[in-house]
Amino acid sequence: MLEYPKWKYWLIGIVIAIGLFYAIPNGFPQDPAVQISANRGNTVDAALQEKVQGALEQSKIAIKRVDRTDDRLLVRLNSLDEQLTASEKLREALGDGYVVALNLASSVPPWLEKLGARPMPLGLDLRGGVHFLMEVDQRAGVDKQVDRFVEDLRNLMRDKKVRYKDVLKTPEGIVVHLRTQEDRDLAGGAIARDVPQVVVKDGPAAADDFPLIATIKPTELKAAADSAVQQNIATLRNRINALGVAEPVIAQQGESRIVVQLPGVQDTALAKKILGATATLEYRAVDEKNSVADAVAGKVPPESRLYKMRNGQPLLLAKKVIVSGDQLVDAQSGFDPQGGTPMVSVKLNNAGAARMLDFTTQNVGNRMAVVFIERTPETRVIDGKEVRTTRVKEEVINAASVREPFGKNFQTTGLESPSESSELALLLRAGSLVAPVDIVEERVIGPSQGADNIAKGARAVIFGLLAVVVFVGFYYRLFGLIADLALVLNLVLLLAVLSVFQATLTMPGIAGIVLTLGMAIDANVLIFERIREEMRLGSTPLASIKAGYEKAWATILDASVTHLLAGVALFAFGSGPIKGFAVTLVIGILTSMFTSVSVSYAIVTAAFGHKRKLQTLPV
Amino acid sequence: MEFFKSTTNFDFLGLRYVSLGISAVLVLCSIGLIATKGLNYGLDFTGGTLIEVKFEEPIEIAEVRAKLTEAGYHSPVVQGLGNTREVAIRIAPHSGQGTSDTAEEAAAGEASQKLADAVMAVLTKDGRKATAKPPDFVGPQVGKELRESGMVAVIIVALGIMLYIWARFEWRFGAAAIVSEIHDTILTVGFLSLIGYEFDLTVLAAVLSVVGYSINDKVVVFDRIREIFRAGRKLEPIEVLNRAINGTLSRTIMTSVTTSLAVGSLWLIGSPSVAGFGLTMIVGIVIGTLSSIFFASPVLLYLGVSKRDLMPKIRDQSDLDRRP
Repeated sequence: MLEYPKWKYWLIGIVIAIGLFYAIPNGFPQDPAVQISANRGNTVDAALQEKVQGALEQSKIAIKRVDRTDDRLLVRLNSLDEQLTASEKLREALGDGYVVALNLASSVPPWLEKLGARPMPLGLDLRGGVHFLMEVDQRAGVDKQVDRFVEDLRNLMRDKKVRYKDVLKTPEGIVVHLRTQEDRDLAGGAIARDVPQVVVKDGPAAADDFPLIATIKPTELKAAADSAVQQNIATLRNRINALGVAEPVIAQQGESRIVVQLPGVQDTALAKKILGATATLEYRAVDEKNSVADAVAGKVPPESRLYKMRNGQPLLLAKKVIVSGDQLVDAQSGFDPQGGTPMVSVKLNNAGAARMLDFTTQNVGNRMAVVFIERTPETRVIDGKEVRTTRVKEEVINAASVREPFGKNFQTTGLESPSESSELALLLRAGSLVAPVDIVEERVIGPSQGADNIAKGARAVIFGLLAVVVFVGFYYRLFGLIADLALVLNLVLLLAVLSVFQATLTMPGIAGIVLTLGMAIDANVLIFERIREEMRLGSTPLASIKAGYEKAWATILDASVTHLLAGVALFAFGSGPIKGFAVTLVIGILTSMFTSVSVSYAIVTAAFGHKRKLQTLPV
Repeated sequence: MEFFKSTTNFDFLGLRYVSLGISAVLVLCSIGLIATKGLNYGLDFTGGTLIEVKFEEPIEIAEVRAKLTEAGYHSPVVQGLGNTREVAIRIAPHSGQGTSDTAEEAAAGEASQKLADAVMAVLTKDGRKATAKPPDFVGPQVGKELRESGMVAVIIVALGIMLYIWARFEWRFGAAAIVSEIHDTILTVGFLSLIGYEFDLTVLAAVLSVVGYSINDKVVVFDRIREIFRAGRKLEPIEVLNRAINGTLSRTIMTSVTTSLAVGSLWLIGSPSVAGFGLTMIVGIVIGTLSSIFFASPVLLYLGVSKRDLMPKIRDQSDLDRRP
């Protein structure tokens, strides 16, 4: 008699039911769709929907369905070709006020999605789009950090009234030149206390020169390099959101690289322009003396310029710049300790602080505005010649009154929401950014190529599964069919786990699934071969089954662990495509241990466990 | 259905001089090939610009290559894309190859479209009609790093597995495993070099999977060796190894067939990006399967595997018993 406790059957049943539930969404096709979202100042409403439908009707493009939410309109279409033409027509029809992006919309019923059952997101190679790998020039970021410390040390000497000759940036570190040994001791103590980010040591002394060499701690340098990457990611995200790409991927890769994947985008030139833009910012005084209305009508006073706020409202600013982005050291969002309203605290360097103090002392009560300037390089052909021009976008991101004179540190309070304050801080930091980024890798996958890859991948999985199933069923007869059932369940569980983790499905991932299917059967092969051996040695069928499972288990475990090791190493050391492959492989090994051993044993026990008079086994 | 009606009793170890000799020759040939002919690295590893061109009329690959060389491009790699009209052209990053100057890479990135336009101009000079997809570009530094991290990945995988087997079995098994891994990897890569197959990231993943597959196979045989040694009968090591290989032979063949069936479907009907994975895996499975039978066990024998090393450690207990 073979026994398998009832609760284990229940457990297996529940696991399979959950697995099926989460794997099912992958079976629903994805509709090619056009996603329309509003820029600032515009709304997504019924009128927009009518306009969109009208435009598409005019171009004779059939609409499958339109979903409207508060911030976006999703127009489902029947084919990829129509998707492209529709997006072009809509861009023409809607103009600058709306962002039109290509998307793939899942057709999973909403109630399934509410329970968290969503299909796996598709990788770029399966849906088309552009892929960039960008390298952040960290040296520039670190350089800026060193400049900051030079200035900090100078200030410290001044504050502590230590007489120094000079503070210089040298290849060995920051060198503080002092005149006497006492001064040097004093300075060393002060730096160690107040600037813990640097390590100080004495340099070779001369008659009247006692140098102190300060080197920035490696952890500090690494933090600076990291923050250069993080800031770049934040700026890129901001720009790409403005571009209106559905589900972009912007992530750090390795130490200094950023991966940018823009699904649905085909125009690399445009994408590159937007990614390559540089941003700066300028603090300017608001011209309160002259009328904005007059300026809008065309009478702009000579000392001022007309700007626009982000919501489109015009504003008159002085031409003279108070402080520019390269003088801004840091900007952090937070909450005003007095009013409790969201705020942004800004830190300037010394040069900026001096100018800011000058201006604010004379202008208490007046308003000061921050202008965000983005420069996008463009190459245009004029008269057959290539001309490099720069497109400049300027907008006022904030205007606030000066309550009291301030210099190095100040806060912009009274912002409407935490999201506004964090956005402002992000833009301020983006404007102060100096670490440049370069594109080091670029790939384009066409939408039809993506669809083709999906079709071929699905066919490869089905064909591979069928080939294995038929062969195993033929070779091991009824036991083979049990193994086949376990294998199909393995595929279901693997898809379910990948979907729950929302792992991105890529072509190498599909290869991993296929490989898993081929190798998952190995555990059953080990078990069945053992059962056959036991039968040959003269054991009874039931004893053979028992011994087969028991003896094979140690081998299965060893084989799986070594295979897992290989998978984990692949994940740890591989990049991009290899990672996707490794994830499916590792999860596949785990699920196959469950299905090939536990599930198949449960079925075998149910089928043969109670047949005492069994003479042979269909294995 | 069964491959073998009863347990087989082939004398595999008796063939060890022949099989190890063949292995040695193959390994030397592979190393020779890799050293002289090298690998046909894909864009992932070489860096450069990849342009896919579709001609309206069939065209000879040699003709495309000749035109490009004539126009002054250094050793362009031209490959057919499965029909007579579409070709992929890979042009190496110019002059400053291998330097880590990011500014240069950026310039190259910007220039990829220009390069593609120039190549198209060369190819359509004689009035042929052709269209190109937007080019793919990989900086030389990125490719170089990938090659290095690929090597590291292979080494780490092999070492990790060796340590595990050492811990679970005994050092001789770990050593035999790693020697077999190196053997299998060299032969697989040597085969890729022989047929000049494009070596890209997915093929590298396949090579690493071959390592995983092959170790799986060896562990099954090793497990059986240990089991027979521990079973207690007085058998010569040669006899034990032979029995272990024969005992697991059906399984070894069966699993290699099912896995080949699965990855074979990738090779035959998968898209080009995974076809290389499928082909490499099939080659690796054949090599890994044969080396489980003909290579790993002879190595284990020469390392001096013996029953004493494999018995569960009970000496401590008997030491305690002897104490008064």
